[in-house]
Amino acid sequence: MSETGIGASVKRREDLRFITGAGRYTDDIDQPGQAYAVFLRSPHARAAIGSIDASAALQVPGVLAVYTGQDLAADGIGDLPCGWMVKSKDGSDMIQPPHPPIAVERVNYVGEPYGLVVAETLQAARDGAEAVAVDFDALPAVVDPASAMQGDQLYAQAPNNRCYDWELGDQAATDAAFARADHVTSLDIVNNRLIPNAMEPRAATGCFDAASGDYTLYTTSQNPHLARLVMAAFVQVAPESKLRVVSPDVGGGFGSKIFVYAEETAVTWAAGKLRRPVKWRAERAESFLADAHGRDHVTKAELALAADGEMLGLRVSTIANMGAYLSTFASSVPTYLYGTLLAGQYKTPAVYVGVQAVFTNTSPVDAYRGAGRPEATYVVERLVETAARELKMDPTALRRRNFIQPADFPYETPVALVYDTGDYEASLNRALEHVDYAGFAARRDAAQARGKRRGIGFSCYIEACGLAPSQVALSLGAGVGLFESAEVRVNVTGSVTVITGAHSHGQGHETTFAQIVSERLGIPFDSVEVAHGDTSRGDYGLGTYGSRSLAVGGSAIVKASDKIIAKGKKIVAHAFETTDEQIDFTEGVFAERDSNRSMTFGEVAFAAYVPANFPLDELEPGLSEKAFYDPGNFTYPAGAHVCEVEVDAETGVLEIVKFVAVDDFGHVINPMIVAGQVHGGLCQGIGQALCEHGVYDASGQLVTGSFLDYCMPRADDVPSFVVDTTVTPCTHNPLGVKGCGEAGAIGATAAVMNAVTDALGVKELAMPARSEVVWRALSAA
Amino acid sequence: MYRFKYQKAASVAEAASLLDGAEDGVYLAGGMTLIPTLKARLASPTDVIDLGAIDGMADISVGDTVRIGALARHAEVAASAAVRGAIPALADLAGLIGDAHVRNRGTLGGSVANSDPAADYPAAVLALNAVVHTDRRTIAADDFFKGLFETALEPGEIVKSLAFQIPRRAGYAKFPNPASRYAIVGVMVADFGAEVRVGVTGAGACAFRSAELERALAGGLAAEALADVTIPYDGFNSDIHASAEYRGHLVAVMAQRAVAAAIG
Ligand SMILES: Cc1cc2nc3c(=O)[nH]c(=O)nc-3n(C[C@H](O)[C@H](O)[C@H](O)COP(=O)(O)OP(=O)(O)OC[C@H]3O[C@@H](n4cnc5c(N)ncnc54)[C@H](O)[C@@H]3O)c2cc1C
Repeated sequence: MSETGIGASVKRREDLRFITGAGRYTDDIDQPGQAYAVFLRSPHARAAIGSIDASAALQVPGVLAVYTGQDLAADGIGDLPCGWMVKSKDGSDMIQPPHPPIAVERVNYVGEPYGLVVAETLQAARDGAEAVAVDFDALPAVVDPASAMQGDQLYAQAPNNRCYDWELGDQAATDAAFARADHVTSLDIVNNRLIPNAMEPRAATGCFDAASGDYTLYTTSQNPHLARLVMAAFVQVAPESKLRVVSPDVGGGFGSKIFVYAEETAVTWAAGKLRRPVKWRAERAESFLADAHGRDHVTKAELALAADGEMLGLRVSTIANMGAYLSTFASSVPTYLYGTLLAGQYKTPAVYVGVQAVFTNTSPVDAYRGAGRPEATYVVERLVETAARELKMDPTALRRRNFIQPADFPYETPVALVYDTGDYEASLNRALEHVDYAGFAARRDAAQARGKRRGIGFSCYIEACGLAPSQVALSLGAGVGLFESAEVRVNVTGSVTVITGAHSHGQGHETTFAQIVSERLGIPFDSVEVAHGDTSRGDYGLGTYGSRSLAVGGSAIVKASDKIIAKGKKIVAHAFETTDEQIDFTEGVFAERDSNRSMTFGEVAFAAYVPANFPLDELEPGLSEKAFYDPGNFTYPAGAHVCEVEVDAETGVLEIVKFVAVDDFGHVINPMIVAGQVHGGLCQGIGQALCEHGVYDASGQLVTGSFLDYCMPRADDVPSFVVDTTVTPCTHNPLGVKGCGEAGAIGATAAVMNAVTDALGVKELAMPARSEVVWRALSAA
Repeated sequence: MYRFKYQKAASVAEAASLLDGAEDGVYLAGGMTLIPTLKARLASPTDVIDLGAIDGMADISVGDTVRIGALARHAEVAASAAVRGAIPALADLAGLIGDAHVRNRGTLGGSVANSDPAADYPAAVLALNAVVHTDRRTIAADDFFKGLFETALEPGEIVKSLAFQIPRRAGYAKFPNPASRYAIVGVMVADFGAEVRVGVTGAGACAFRSAELERALAGGLAAEALADVTIPYDGFNSDIHASAEYRGHLVAVMAQRAVAAAIG
């Protein structure tokens, strides 16, 4: 293995600029003559908008314009669409209430924009915003998802506030499994609402070039091409050919920057109206309200087992909170990214899940790190652990009893997926070694002697990543294909520019992708540059989410690199007056078989651009190749997470004292980056279990609207992680990779809560397990 | 922020007169509370008068009392060998405030003048029977905290320093809010020989002395003395982080831990 090739922990080349403050984020980019936008946001969870009087605002020095939803509508600006059609079990389409970027008649959640003020300075825009007078007629809000279907009807189109009533699996077979079960374990589970909180708040600057009529949008997007597509095709801000979307350095997304929001739409439109650039950057308080939230499920889950622990059936009924509107991918999260994962790592023969998605007067809910798969893992792994306790079996033994075995692959689950490969026992065994499972009883006793209660919990998760095989996604209602594109441009002097449709907002693509290309083409790591995040540089791309960048985007890069090699062979064959089948390529050298003639990669690059007597009808000059890669299947990262906690019974404070994560991501390109991704994911998974919670009061005001109340996990809330990997290479992509971006957030939460409930000796405990929740559980026990 | 006039005072007297002359002036010390308030447009003073350049107002000296200037930063108090030598619990308390950034900016005077119900220092002011020295008078600890963000300070009155009495021993225990790291509950116990004083912060509208805890400890500091104490929690703060009942429980537990810390 070379020091910079596949498998090497190459230091992230992007970190120098990030750590030294030289990163170029959207808010760092200023345009000559730019104006500033401030959005008018609803103080009510639900209200009819009466008159909006902007006259005083327009008198504020520096204010250029006050726009309302009517103004955008009058210009033909369309609704923000949801890109995934989910059908109810009766065959009807999901209900999609109108979602104008800027509210027109009603506001439906606190923070929903109903207008914007644009001014010469940010101060003036703020002053203007305060001077706008609005008559709201407040209406009773529907806040709690569990009772939303009985609440006031929010939209004429949506009886019972229901978006869809979806199902997956064989209900009759599942009921039959329950009928013959020796034991049924059931749990009531609330998967708490989370607020993403990327370090960089969202920002957008819309620009309009009056000479060409072209728009440029600088924005914090995980998928700039998709933003362009949605804004062109649905919202109709500008035709695709007239709109360039640039997503420069982005400081974290976790899903929240996948979606197309009101703000980037409005500033782009306003730039055209005012014929000058319009910039907006969220305040942190705005981010809490205006970024899509995550999770928020209320679930009843049951597991049917035989007396010996064989899992016979799983029955799940979930209410999923969509918030006030359907955000870009919201409908897919509690269905195709959730129900399909409920088989977990197990051979449970019958699974049935019903999901009712409901509207409430809360911020829209959409994909957040893991998206559906953390919720599925939480259901399955809490159930399995609880069943083991009820059957008085070792929780690892119950899992082993039911694992899909290596010989079973490819394995078709009862919930529509075909797992290609895996070895679940290998990960579990490795995790048990790392955690010293055999020594746990002694550690628990030692803790007891110190007045602490110690518990251990497991989570054997699986996820479907590498989103997504277009054929499957399209057949399930996706509005776009989910392949990825790549371009490998060999420059005249032999350096290489790689353009990917994936987007890096913390993932380290500039390093990982360069490792792949440098190894594949046998050229120095430093001669490979990776470019992304600009619709004017790459043809197309679907961006980064669903742990897809390497498995799908990386595969496209491999495909384009292989085309470069093929073309290089043709060039060499021409030079040596032989056929390209006679040319071998290894480690950067093209050599003629059975001869001592060869050309280096650099010589071939030069020859490509200085095409001496090329047979032009057979061989074009230049050395630049594009590829689109559409995966044959999802990838299935899986692993075993083990958590040990200690609880201070006096206060209910709990500490995670050990956390082991053994993940199977297939082949690993850069182990250091993978460990970093896992660490971050674990923190978010632990955050959900212990402290994070987006809380609304009964009137629909967000109680946790700042970091004073919304508790992010910090370095001292988590232990020093033990992370390790096992490898079963993905069978259907050229790198044998599966993706690692979400695993931590998917696996950790259940492991923590299984450990906490073990320590407390209780069956159920609400997340987040704040100290008071723990203390009350102890007091009740 | 709204527009305001910024002025830096060279002396306490100048600061007072600048404020006097302002339509709606406010003093600025460490700015850890004031600046976020201004940024969020929750306050709109006409004048901000910076106390930061006033000479001698950050001094720390130890004699019969521990005298700390109002401008002393939390980090300075935490690191002061003199404070630690006389009242280790006070240095400990300062070191538990917020995070390093906050400790490097926030001041003692700002903290007590603000009387945030979740601030740490007020527990010490009460337990250590401090005297608040202002530009107009001295105020006894027991008369200082009046309610939620409310003190005995008159408009324009400047805290110059606090004189903390030196106990035989003292201990502070804090139960931090997991999100903000302010105190959900903080208890300082100070043993003056003849008297044990207990200051409680976080639980009520402002810091207060706990009669129950002081009565239980009247016979001297001993963890057992608190074994059966229950704290009436009626009227205690209640929020998503801790109910009034839980706060009541935590006051008792933190008191035990403060006693343990004091005994050492
Ligand atoms: C993130 C964060 C975490 C924090 N955590 C904690 C914590 O854990 N525990 C804790 O106790 N505190 C905490 N604080 C508060 C902080 O410690 C400061 O004590 C507090 O902000 C006030 O002090 P300051 O010097 O910053 O005052 P400023 O913000 O400058 O002023 C606050 C108020 O006091 C007035 N004032 C200031 N000085 C004087 C004076 N000498 N005389 C009269 N009036 C005056 C000002 O006019 C203003 O009204 C935290 C703050 C932040 C931002």
